[in-house]
Amino acid sequence: MQPNGKKDGNTHTLSVTVANKPGVLARIAHVFARRGFNIDSLVVSASVEGDFSRMTITATGDPGGLEQIIRQVNKLVDVIHCTDHTGEDIVLKELALIKVHTGPAARAEALQIAAHFGAASVDLTETSMILMATADSEQIDALLALLKKFKIVELVRTGKVVMARGEQPT
Amino acid sequence: MSINKLDGAQALVKCLENEGVEYIFGIPGGVTIPIFDAFVTTGTKIKFILCRHEQAATHMADGYARATGRPAVVLVTSGPGATNTLTGIMTAHMDSIPMIVVSGQVLAAMLGKDAFQEADIYGMTMPVVKHSYLVHAPNDIPRVVREAFHIATSGRPGPVLIDMPKNVSVGPFTADLRAEMDLPGYQPQPEAFDKAAVQAIAEALSRAVRPVILAGHGVIIADACAAVKLLAEKLNAPVVTTLLGKGGFPETHPLSLGMLGMHGTAYANKAVSECDLLLNIGSRFDDRILGLPALFCRNAVKIHIDIDPSEIGKMIVPDLHCVGDARLVVEQLLKQTSRLDTTDWLKRLNGYQRDYPLQYRRTDGLKVQHVVEEVYALTGGRAIAVTDVGQHQMWTAQFWKVDQRHNWLSSGGAGTMGYGFPAALGAQFGRPQDLVVAFVGDGGFQMTLCELATACVHKLPVKVFIMNNRYLGMVRQWQEMFYDDRRSGVDLEGNPDFAKLAEAYGARGLRLKRTADVRKIITRALEYNDGPCVVDCHVMKEENVFPMVPAGKALDDMLITAPGKRRKTAAGEKQ
Repeated sequence: MQPNGKKDGNTHTLSVTVANKPGVLARIAHVFARRGFNIDSLVVSASVEGDFSRMTITATGDPGGLEQIIRQVNKLVDVIHCTDHTGEDIVLKELALIKVHTGPAARAEALQIAAHFGAASVDLTETSMILMATADSEQIDALLALLKKFKIVELVRTGKVVMARGEQPT
Repeated sequence: MSINKLDGAQALVKCLENEGVEYIFGIPGGVTIPIFDAFVTTGTKIKFILCRHEQAATHMADGYARATGRPAVVLVTSGPGATNTLTGIMTAHMDSIPMIVVSGQVLAAMLGKDAFQEADIYGMTMPVVKHSYLVHAPNDIPRVVREAFHIATSGRPGPVLIDMPKNVSVGPFTADLRAEMDLPGYQPQPEAFDKAAVQAIAEALSRAVRPVILAGHGVIIADACAAVKLLAEKLNAPVVTTLLGKGGFPETHPLSLGMLGMHGTAYANKAVSECDLLLNIGSRFDDRILGLPALFCRNAVKIHIDIDPSEIGKMIVPDLHCVGDARLVVEQLLKQTSRLDTTDWLKRLNGYQRDYPLQYRRTDGLKVQHVVEEVYALTGGRAIAVTDVGQHQMWTAQFWKVDQRHNWLSSGGAGTMGYGFPAALGAQFGRPQDLVVAFVGDGGFQMTLCELATACVHKLPVKVFIMNNRYLGMVRQWQEMFYDDRRSGVDLEGNPDFAKLAEAYGARGLRLKRTADVRKIITRALEYNDGPCVVDCHVMKEENVFPMVPAGKALDDMLITAPGKRRKTAAGEKQ
């Protein structure tokens, strides 16, 4: 059981708090690129304090290398802190918009599947619908697998965002 | 012009002045004309040194910084002026040198539009700077300059780039010249090291039978030299130094084993291979000192003291470590350690020193080692020694014993050919009273020899010994040893007559061709102080550097002498 939706030992979810200065994203991306790590997803948003941003980065690669990357990211002047939340008690969600090709005949079944995953229809036309799902990455994967029987025309996923549970700061 | 109404360029000059800047090294260009104008209009005391190439300007600043321990400043124009500094910035970054590079930039409104002499130097330098700035408004200048100096000099030092668009230089400045820093993500706390970790290190030391102290550049940067000396004497522990750690512990001290690594002394490498505890103070376990990392110090407790947390476990996973300022940590350690009896261990190492000394024959012909030893003897070892990169660098590192920090300047991590000569000039600017000798190769010297002009203009009495073997010698050595002597791209045919070339610039040019003349010519060079003196030393073409740890071999697998002739491995067997 992997509570945070970790796929395997090589996928890590990092949370990075940064000062809102130009170039900070490029500097962080450089550290990953130089060590040959692929960034699977990246979300940047404002944090509670206006001068700072919060990044959530999912990356794949060997754990030893990642530890080094975390230390090097922490070393960047504009990074306040960078933590690996892999294996910790956290809430991890992502949002997906899925455009499915559905005629009137298939519509009901598609909606039924969506409802099971707590996804909602946010656009509906004669030939298509857009479903919006907010869930763990695994649940979204499962939803997509079931929707494959219809034609998935377009797919957008935000990438994961995380927050530590309870009093624990992220 | 009223000084009350400054523009951005004038504010920049004032701020640099407030940081105590003495010299700025560089070359002007279109977008930096306002800054050069501000040198005049502010009547600043800062002296601008006009170099002949921007790369050389960065090395000159680097040499100034290494010889004085103070940050150095470079000023170049946009585009090619800025890109020419990349090698020097990377050299400073690899060796943790505090340097501020101010580059002019095109008007902010033209950024990203391929304007004349526009280069995204902010983006290009990102992987090789400690931090960088693209200044947006004149009023940001005091904060940016303050932060740049703080970042460059604190924690683990490094280069900082300040990219100044022309509109920022000419725009009106209306703020206070003193500004607060705003660096929430940069709070180095060298004094906040883990006391429990130091206690654990002290306990490990008390159990050591065959300890070795590895002194790196961090010892010099943190001025931990006195503390490390006390610790070594208290523990009776031998000390090996890295290339950049030379001067951190006196190499004439009986406990010094000299430099370790690929071309280190046999006894230093044997000490490291056979020790039961390695205390690394301020070295980043560079690959040139490890041999085969998996076999490095394989039976020893490995301890790493470093100010940079990202160095812990990067190359070698230590058994114990402490992140902090080398001086403060070692001073704390001194309080908690007691004397060790290492008599047997030192006896064994003394045996190695006797059996495997650094050696060469003076009778074969003129050798770099001979010249280095003679210059050392004639200067009493008190000169600031600067090297370029290659064979001569390794020989100088082997034979030139450094007793004081800031007296040894060499490009380590980057291995930048062309570094030595301009760095020596920078050192002479920073320490005008001290003797500066530079050992360079004929290859490296030709990469930055245009600075002969700068040296002559300022009458810098630097002695430059060109170890001229008409080869790119280190590559030739590798080709001979590992590529069946298939020589490719290493013959420096077309070398000029360096003595004549020096004279053409107005420097003194001397030639050294015969072993018998070594002392005479060096004395003549040392006696000339009206400007630079270049000694073209025609050394043997095909001498190789030994000992050598071949790439991919363990440290104790080193070749102590040339294979084929009188091959001896560390184990002592003849082959």
